[in-house]
Formats: sequence, C-alpha cells, structure tokens
Amino acid sequence: MKGGGLRIYAILYLLFLYAPIILLPIFAFNSGTIIAFPLKGFTTDWFGQMFENASLRRALTNSLIIAVSSSVFATCLGVFAARASTRFEFPGKGPIMGLIMLPLVLPEIIVSISLLVVLLSIGVQLNILTVILGHTLICMPYATVILSTAFNSLDRSLEEAAYDLGETKWSAFRLVILPLVMPGIISSLLMSFTISLDEFIIAFFLAGNEPTLPTYIFSQLRFPKQIPMIMALGTVLVVMSIILLTIAEYFRRRGIAKTGAKDTGGFL
Amino acid sequence: MTTTSTAEHRARTATAKPMIECRNVQKYYGDYHALRGIDLTIRESEFFSLLGPSGCGKTTLLRTIAGFEDISSGVVLIDGQDMQDVPANRRPTNMVFQSYAIFPHLTVAENVGFGLRRDPRSKAEKAAAVEEALAMVGLKGYGARASHALSGGQRQRVALARALILKPKVLLLDEPLSALDRKMREQMQVELIKLQRQVGITFVLVTHDQEEALVMSDRIAVMFDGQIAQLDGPEALYARPTSRRVANFIGVMNFLPAHVLGETASGVEVDVPGLGRVEIPMSNVSKSDPGDEGPTVGFRPEAVSLVAPGQPQQSRATAGVIDEVVYYGDMTYYDVRLDGSASADGRARPVRIAMRNVFGREVQDVGTRTNVSWSPGSLVLFR
Amino acid sequence: MASGNRSQKTQGLGLIAPPLGYAVLVMAAPLLTILAYSFLKDGYLTVIREFTFDNYRTVWGDPIFHKIMLRSLGVAALVTLVTVVLAFPVAYFLSFVVDPRKKSMWLFLITIPFWTSYLIRVFLWKVILGYNGVINSGLKSLGIIEQPLTFILYNVNSMVITLAHAYAPFAILPIFIALEKIDRSLLEAGRDLGESRIMTFWRVTLPLAMPGVVAAALIVFIPTIGDYVTPALIGGGKIPMIANMIQAQMLDLDNRPMGSALAVTAMLIVAIMSLIFVALNRRFLRVKQ
Repeated sequence: MKGGGLRIYAILYLLFLYAPIILLPIFAFNSGTIIAFPLKGFTTDWFGQMFENASLRRALTNSLIIAVSSSVFATCLGVFAARASTRFEFPGKGPIMGLIMLPLVLPEIIVSISLLVVLLSIGVQLNILTVILGHTLICMPYATVILSTAFNSLDRSLEEAAYDLGETKWSAFRLVILPLVMPGIISSLLMSFTISLDEFIIAFFLAGNEPTLPTYIFSQLRFPKQIPMIMALGTVLVVMSIILLTIAEYFRRRGIAKTGAKDTGGFL
Repeated sequence: MTTTSTAEHRARTATAKPMIECRNVQKYYGDYHALRGIDLTIRESEFFSLLGPSGCGKTTLLRTIAGFEDISSGVVLIDGQDMQDVPANRRPTNMVFQSYAIFPHLTVAENVGFGLRRDPRSKAEKAAAVEEALAMVGLKGYGARASHALSGGQRQRVALARALILKPKVLLLDEPLSALDRKMREQMQVELIKLQRQVGITFVLVTHDQEEALVMSDRIAVMFDGQIAQLDGPEALYARPTSRRVANFIGVMNFLPAHVLGETASGVEVDVPGLGRVEIPMSNVSKSDPGDEGPTVGFRPEAVSLVAPGQPQQSRATAGVIDEVVYYGDMTYYDVRLDGSASADGRARPVRIAMRNVFGREVQDVGTRTNVSWSPGSLVLFR
Repeated sequence: MASGNRSQKTQGLGLIAPPLGYAVLVMAAPLLTILAYSFLKDGYLTVIREFTFDNYRTVWGDPIFHKIMLRSLGVAALVTLVTVVLAFPVAYFLSFVVDPRKKSMWLFLITIPFWTSYLIRVFLWKVILGYNGVINSGLKSLGIIEQPLTFILYNVNSMVITLAHAYAPFAILPIFIALEKIDRSLLEAGRDLGESRIMTFWRVTLPLAMPGVVAAALIVFIPTIGDYVTPALIGGGKIPMIANMIQAQMLDLDNRPMGSALAVTAMLIVAIMSLIFVALNRRFLRVKQ
C-alpha cells in the first residue's frame, strides 16, 4: 500500500469530517434527554415527536416550496448563462460572467441584508417569495458552473450536424443539445435544491414570519428539551441529502459516459 | 454500378454543368480578411478538393458553401440557385464533419435516419432506407449498436451514411480522414473514391494533406491566405505548379537561379548554372511570386536521375558529386552538388534527387562522382 | 447558425440577458443601495436624504468596531490557515496516492458532509466540545479527566474548529485540482536532476500547486469573515463577529446608514485583504500550466 502515513492521515481527516454526522443518529435514537455520554437506551420517540410537530411540518412545507422553486429558477437562468458563455462571444463577457458568479464569494450576510433593506424600503411583504428571490440568486452560480461543464463537453459540430440535416435551430437544440445536457440539468436541479434546503442566513432575514427548516431548527436549538427531536430531524436530513447527492453523482457520471468524455471527478 | 476509369470520369465531369459557383466571395471576421475574393466553379459529380495549410481559409470556404457562415460579399450559387437567403438546413448540401459529429445519445440507425424526421415516408420505408445507406458504407447490420462504442473508421462511415441518405446534390467533407491512422486513412481514400463514383454527386473535400488531395480529387484548388493560388488537376498541379509556394506545399522541389536569355516560339531559353542552356516549353513557364529572388527553374527530385555508365539516359546529362545520402527503404534521397552551379561564396547549393531502390541498383556513397540525367520537359520556370 | 460577428454578439447578449438582469436586480442594485445609504443621515426609524461622511467617521473611530473587525479578521485568518494546512495533505494524497479509478469516490466521500445541514453540523460541534459535551462526558466516563476541559469551549478555538470543519471541501478541491494539473514528468525530471523527494516537492510540486492553495485560502477566508451562524451558536453570542454587528446595527437598532457604512467598510477591508494576498502570491500565480 502506497503512502501509508498519508493514508492514515486522510482517514483520520475523514473521521473529523464525519464526526458530527456519526453522532447524529446515535443521539437521535438515545432515550436520554441530554446530549452527553453515557448513552441511556434505545428509543424512536424523537422521530415520533418530529412527525407530530405541526410547526415543523409547516417549516418543511415552506422549505420544499422554496427549494423546488429556487432550483428550477436557478437552473433555467443557469442554462442561459452556460449556453451564452460556452457558445458565444460578446462584449463585456468577462465582467458579466464575473457578476453572475459573484454570489459565490460574496458573504451571504451582505447579500441578505442589502436585499432586505431594498425590499423593506419599497414596501415588499416578506414571505417565502422573498426567500426564493435570494435563494435563486445564490444557487445561480452553482447551476451555471455545473451546466457550463455539461455544455462545454459538447462538440459544437453536433449542433451544426443536426442543422445541416434539416432541423431548425430550435429543434436541433431540443433533439440534440437538450438530451445531451439533461444529466447536467438534473444535477444542477438537485444541487440547487440541496443548497436552498440548507440555507439559513437568507431565509433568516428574508422569510418574515414564515419558518423554513433551518430557521426552525435555529429557533429550537435554544430549548434543550427540543434537542433530541432536532437530532432525529438532522438524521433524516442527512439520509435525504446522501440519497439526493448519490442521484446527482449518478447523473453526472452518466452524462460523462454518454458524451464519451473522460471523468475528471467531483462537484464544483 | 458500372465501373468507369478515372480518365473517363474526368473527361465527363470536365464538361458537366456547374454545381457550385462562387463569385468574388469575401469573408471578414472583424478586421481579419478570411476569404479574399474567391472565384470558383465546381462541376456536377466532380470530386473537388480544397487544399492548403491551416488558416488558409479552406474550411471557412467550405462552411460558407454549407451555410454555416455568412459571406461578407459576393455570390454563392448551388445548382444555379443563389444561396444568399437559404439557411444551412435548407441547402442541398450535407456535411461530414471533422469530428464526425455522431450523436452520442442515439444508436447507429437513429443517427443515420436523423435527417428523415420530416420525410413523409412510412416508418418501414425509412427503416429500409437506413438499412440501405448502412449497407452502402459497409455497415450492414450495425443499426442497433450504440454509437459511442464505434471505432474511428466506423464513425466516419456512419457520418457518410447519415449525410448521403438525404440524397444531397453536394457532399461536403471537412478533413474527414485526419482522425484516422495511416492504414485506415489509405483504405478510406479508396473507398471514398468508389463511393463518389457510385452515388455520382459532387464531393467537396477540405484537406491539408497534399497526398490525400492528389489521390482522390479530379481537381484541386490550392489556397493560401484566403485566396486560390492554383486550380488544376492532380497531375498538372504536381508537375507544373505555377508558383514556388504551391510547388513547395505539394511535395519537394529543387530550385536553381536562372538567367533568361530570350523567348522563342515554343518556349523560353534560359541559362542555369549547373544545368547549362536550356529551352523550357511555354506550358511550363509561369509568373514568379512577387518578392522572389528573380527567375528560377524548378524540378522534382524524381524528375532527374543518377545514372551509372550503361544505363538508359534522359536527353540531357550533367555531372556532380554526392554530398549526402538518406536511405528510406523503398527510396534513396541523394543531395548532389552539380558542377558549375557554385554561387558567389564558391559553394554549390546541392539539389535533391530521389531514386527508387529497384533490384540491381546499388546505393551510392557520399563523395562519389556521378552523372545526373534530365529532360527540359520536366523543368518549370518561374519568371 | 449563420454566425457572423454581429449575430454572435446579439445572440450571446440575448442569452445572457436573463441571468444578468437577475443578478443586477437582486444583487447589484441592492449593493448599490447599501452604498448610497452609507452616505446618508439617520433620523430615528427613517433615513434623511442628506450627503454625509459621518457614518464612516463614526464606524472608523469606533473602538468596538475595531475590536470586532480585528477579531473577525483574526478568526478568519486562523481558520484559513488551519483549514488549508490540514487540507493540503489530503489533496496531495488524493492526487498522488489514490488509484485514479477511486478518485471520484474519495471526492464524493469528502463532499458529502458539506451537503448536510450546516446549522446542525455547527450545533453538533457545540455538543461535541461543550461543557457536558461528547468529549468531556466521554473522557469523564472513561475516567481520564475529573473536571471538564474548558479550553475547547465557547471561545475562539471552538469557532476555529467548527469553521475549519465547515469549509474543508472548499479548501481540498482547488488544491486537488491544481495538483492534478501538474505534469507528472516534471516531478520525475526534478528527481532526475538530482533532487531528493522532499526537495522536489519543495521546488517543483509546491510552487505549481500554489494557485490552488491561493484559491483555497480565498474561498475559505471570504465566507468565514462574514459568517453569522457560528459566532451566534458556538460563541454563544458572547464573541460576535462582523456579520453579527452588521445585523445588530441594521435590524435591532434600525440604523440603516450606519449598518450600511459598516457593511461597505467590511466589504472594502475583505476586498483589500484579498487583493494584498493575491498580490503577495503573484509570483506563483503567473505559472501557466
């Protein structure tokens, strides 16, 4: 086995990465009300409590609406941006793409506070729509990056070939480009969905009185009594994220296999 | 299908009706002048090649014929019809792309039948047409295969079948053989010629490979810097290039400075150091490129020969010393310093001579004195 | 597809218009509004339209702002250092040791924790590091310690651990990509020219990996400095960072011009720090691979 020391270090590092996640199910099934060792006993009460909680259900509904809408909007905008940047030359391309990617490096506190100030001063009612507005913005760069990779791996002459064989520009896009970038679109949707579902700061500032999953969790963390239920919720969320990510990874790889490109690995 | 000889085929196409006509075609990309006034007529059922180095405009010209690029000015006619407002998807041309552009998400049959989507024929008839097109390119029974698993040669055949199934008037081929290995390329060259004779339509091939153009084409347009430098049949292009640049691009040519002595009824009389006084037939005389250093005669390495005593000679002979020998297996290249060809610095510029290594002919050594035999008809003059 | 220059331009601009318009409306316009606000006067609960530098004067002269800004910079710098230093060997391992066929599996494993609830992950570190947390209660029940360890609790250390964990994949991926781009024959050349393994790493690998390291540092530094959740949860609200201060000015005190000046100043400082950092590494960033 090569790189023995490095391998041990990498495994320890993975352990560090997974430490909190491993603890989640342990305490979610622990019958003790305090999150500490030693463990008391096995219970599924916290999951029951979670499923009966009405405000949690409301937060979940809100979050799902926000995540689905934001991922669809962000992916649509991402398709435009990715196609423009991979296929066309136009004046100011660099700065324009920079501006679209800016939310990646802009602290979310700045994005949300500035948006909040504007929304308040023009008298917009804060609700889940305003959160969708913010989430679409921060998901757009991720969608653009994923879709640009998908569009980039396409040979430009495929589109020309379809056109040459009698299709119109639109039907060439629909029959050739769209099926080939579909895996990219699906992984963009899934990734945007995951980001939105987990996003806290923008939801915290822009949701008004509407709870979302993260803001609900944040508000409950103050009450020690609620913590075991939050652990159960966290466990469910982790399992869901892993499922979604696995699906996203599957589609990404299938996309690569389809276009016959080499796997360069990884998200981002 | 009846087999016709290349000569018959060329004789027939030489008088066929024009299929593609370009008149003063100009193309600018911003400040860059990609096509500088192309005038060109390509005839029906002709195998025509656009040959030139990368960046010479050959691909741009092909793409303007296909309709992928707008022209800045000028006229492109296909089968007598002005193509100005006809987009690529409604032109009677189809293209084989350099990368073949095989749709990776479709099967072989779906690729070949791609262009039949708007065809009013029944499903069964279309399937039969696809099968027929596949058979034509030697891929019978490959229809159900996934296209991303095909080899380079097979992809090329699928691309050909996909374009030809639409029965275009012109097939455009953009460097179709450049992705193949040497053996495969040579095999496909022969197959493409056969296919072209079989379907009988005009083929326009873009290539940077002079050998490929010479092997396949009825006529070749050599392009440099967005202009056509010479348009001729393969033999004429090779034997009588009209400029040093074309001569250098196609094969190897020796150049020797010449003094023009005068014109006669049949040719131009020149004095060439190393070769002596010679009359060059008028058909082999062309204007030199501007900027070249005066009149020059040129000849191909295989147009002259080293002769040992007792071997048959061409009409003239000169003596020289072998300066360098490069052995290639089937051929040997000799660099020979001709007597009396010394330039001002006292050193002669050697000329390259190619000899086939046939049975009984020994490879000569460096430093050997030898006779070089040649004919005035194999010289060309750029004046 | 007839693509003259003009239609390239118009089609490209036509396509980019929706995402660009969205970014301008939802991000650029609000940012400019904040900038404008920062030069206006605060009347209680309203904003007076009168140009002034007072907000900046107050912010820049405020010792509490100095303290919080310095703490934010310090925490962010420490987090960046720790994250990048911890991440580099992992990226190196991924690029040079792991079997190419298993690389995407390793990358997948590394990215999974990143996609699970940030809030819960941060909170779990509080649970792990807390007074009666997993570490303390675990060590106590094993009889290793009598009294809970306090140096890992409610302080900058616990914030650094939490943030280093949260941004780990952000640091690993850019370094990994830079290492992947290195032509392996360069390393063989280094060895061939008589350098030891370690010197080859020092003279060839590390300089070529620097663009990735710089990118990783920036990607960790910029969001960390604006982090709101970790100080609120882990620091227990007792050690606020700049984001918490902006939020307090803007919403709790409803002093928008002051909050805006604070936000603009913070952004300026982050931008300047980032530019200085990039400038310091110019020598490495010029490497074209």
